[in-house]
Amino acid sequence: MVPISWYLLLAALLFAIGTVGALTRRNGITIFLSIELMLNSVNLTLIAYSRLLGDHTGQLVVLFVLAVAAAEAAVGLALFIAVFRHRRTIDLNRVNLLRW
Amino acid sequence: MIETLVFLVFAGLAVGSALLVVLHRNPVYSTVSLVVTLVSIAVLFVLLGAPFIGALQVLVYTGAIVVLFLFVVMLLNIGREEIAGERSLLQKGAAAAGAGIFLLMGAGLLWRQTSSVTLDELSPELVSLRALAGELFARYLLTFELVGLLLLVAVIAATVLAARTRPGERLSLDRPFAAEVDDEPSRPAAAEER
Amino acid sequence: MVFDLIATLIKLGVFLGLFLGLVAPIMVWVERKAAGLFQDRPGPNRLGPFGLFQPLADALKFFFKEDVTPAAADRPLFLIAPALAVLPALTTFVFLPFGPDVEVGGRVVPLIVADASAGVLLFLAIASLSVYSLVLAGYGSNNKYSLLGGLRASAQLISYELAMTLAVVAVLIPVASFHLGDVVAAQQRMWNVVPQAIGFLVFLVAAFAETNRLPFDLPEAESELVAGFHTEYSAMRFASFFMSEYVSMTTLSALAATLYLGGWSLFGLPEWAAARMAGLLGPHWLWMGLFGLTVLMAKVALFMFFYVWVRWTFPRFRYDQLMRLGWKVLLPLALVNVIWVAAATLAGWL
Repeated sequence: MVPISWYLLLAALLFAIGTVGALTRRNGITIFLSIELMLNSVNLTLIAYSRLLGDHTGQLVVLFVLAVAAAEAAVGLALFIAVFRHRRTIDLNRVNLLRW
Repeated sequence: MIETLVFLVFAGLAVGSALLVVLHRNPVYSTVSLVVTLVSIAVLFVLLGAPFIGALQVLVYTGAIVVLFLFVVMLLNIGREEIAGERSLLQKGAAAAGAGIFLLMGAGLLWRQTSSVTLDELSPELVSLRALAGELFARYLLTFELVGLLLLVAVIAATVLAARTRPGERLSLDRPFAAEVDDEPSRPAAAEER
Repeated sequence: MVFDLIATLIKLGVFLGLFLGLVAPIMVWVERKAAGLFQDRPGPNRLGPFGLFQPLADALKFFFKEDVTPAAADRPLFLIAPALAVLPALTTFVFLPFGPDVEVGGRVVPLIVADASAGVLLFLAIASLSVYSLVLAGYGSNNKYSLLGGLRASAQLISYELAMTLAVVAVLIPVASFHLGDVVAAQQRMWNVVPQAIGFLVFLVAAFAETNRLPFDLPEAESELVAGFHTEYSAMRFASFFMSEYVSMTTLSALAATLYLGGWSLFGLPEWAAARMAGLLGPHWLWMGLFGLTVLMAKVALFMFFYVWVRWTFPRFRYDQLMRLGWKVLLPLALVNVIWVAAATLAGWL
C-alpha cells in the first residue's frame, strides 16, 4: 500500500519543477507547458485527497480543471499565433512593449 | 507490492519527463516529454481509484490539448532557444525559489502526515462511474453547465484571436472573418501581404 | 491469479495471431486486387494464382530495401515515429469482446482480453495517441512536404475524433455503461445501426478520417505532397506505417461492428452453434470463442472491403473542404443523433 504522502510529495515536486520552468524559460510555448505541468500536479493532489477522503469531489474538480485547461490552452495558443504574426517571435523577452 | 512498484516506475517517469519539459531547449521535445508526463500521471490516477479520470486525461489532455501545442509549435516553426549568458543569475534564483517552494510544501505535508494515516481499501463506490456521474449531475450541475459555457466562450475567443486581418483593417462584427472573404482581388497590397 | 494471467495471454495470442497478424498480408492483396478490378484491369496476377503471393513479395522487398535516414533529420523523433504508429494500433483491440462470458473449468472467463469497466473510453484514449506518430514523422523528417502532411494530419485527426466520440456517446446512452460487453448485450433485440443510422454514418466517416484513408488521406496525399508525412521513410519504417494503417482500420472496423452491428453476436446464432458443437469435438468455451470470433471477423471483413471500395471510388477532399465537413456537418449531425437517442431513451423506446 503506497502511503498517500508519497503522492502528495510527488505532486509538490512536479509543481516545483513547473514553477522553475515558468520562471526561467524565455520561449512562450515552454512557459505554457510548465503551467500545464503545474495544473497536472494540482490534479494529482486532488485525486489523492479524493482517495484519502473517499469522496468524489476531488475527481469532479479535476474534470473541471481539465476543461478549464483546455479552454486556456486554446485561447493562449490563439494569442501566441496573433502575437507571432505581428512580432515574428515568441521569445517573451522580446515581446516587451508594455515593459517599464 | 505491485502497487508500490508501479507507483515508483511511473512517478520516476513523471519526474524525469517533467525535468525534460522544463530543461530541454527544443520546444518539440518539451511537448513530447509533457505527453510522457501526462500519461504517467494518468496511470497514477488509475492507481488512486479514478480510472475514468485517468482515461479522460489521456483522451482530452494528451489526445487533443498537447496535439494543439505541437500544431502551433510546428506551424510557427519555433526554433531552439538560444543560450544567453544573462540568464544564469535569474535561472539560479528561480531554481532556488522552486526548490524552496517544494521543500516548504513537502515539509508541511509530511509534518501533517506523520500521524500514520491508513488508507481504506479502495471501495467500488469510489471507483464506479455511476456514483461519479450521479454526483456530477446532482451536486455539480450548475458548475457543469458553466464549464460548458466557458468552453463555448473559449472557442469563440480562439477563433476571433487567430483570424487573419490585413494590415490597417480591423475585424468588424458583421464580417468577423473578413480575411477569408474574397473581395477586391485587384488590390496589389493584398497580393503582397500574402 | 495465475489462471487469469494464462487466460489473458491465450486470448491475447489468439487476437494478435489470428486477427491482427493475418490482417496486413490479406489486406495488401485485397487492396491491390480490388484496386485493379475497380479500375478495369487485372491487378496482381503473376505471383501465384490470382496474385496471392504478392504480399510475400512485398514483404521481402521491404526487408531488403535500403534504410535511408535524411542527414538533417531530427534523429530521435524520426526513428520513434514508426514505432509510435504501431503501438496504439496494436493495443486498442484488447477492449473488444469476441464472445459472452464462458465457463472454463468452473470459473467464469470473459471473452475480452482486458475486462475494464471503462472499455470504450480507454479504447478512444489510446486511439487518440496515434496522432503523435504522424506529427512527429512530419516534423522529424526535415522536409517541407512532410511538415505540411504532419500539420494537416494533426488538425484532421483531432477534429474528426470529436465527431467520432459523440457518435460513441450516443451509443452508450441507452446502455449506461462503458463496457463493450454490455453494449453487445444490449443489441440482442435490434442492432444499433437501425435506430442510430445517423450516428453510424458519422462514425463511419470519422473512422475514414481517423485512419487517413481516402477520401481523407490528405496527410499522405500522393498527388499533392509526394507522400506526405512518410515521404522520407523507406523499407521497414515505411512498412510500419503501412501496417499500422491497416491494423488501425481493422480495430476501428471492429469497434464499429461492436457498437452498431452487434459485435460477436448474430441474434443467438453463435451461442446455438456452440451449444450444438460442445461435447462433440471440444469444450463449449472453445467453440463459443471460435464462433464469436468468426462472426466478428466477418463483420470486420465487410467494413474492410468497404474501406477499399471507397478508396478507389472517390476523389480526395481538399483540406478546407475536409475541415468544413468535420466541424460544420459531422459535429452537428452527431449532436442531433445524441439528442435523438437521449429523447428516445427517456421515452422508453430504446
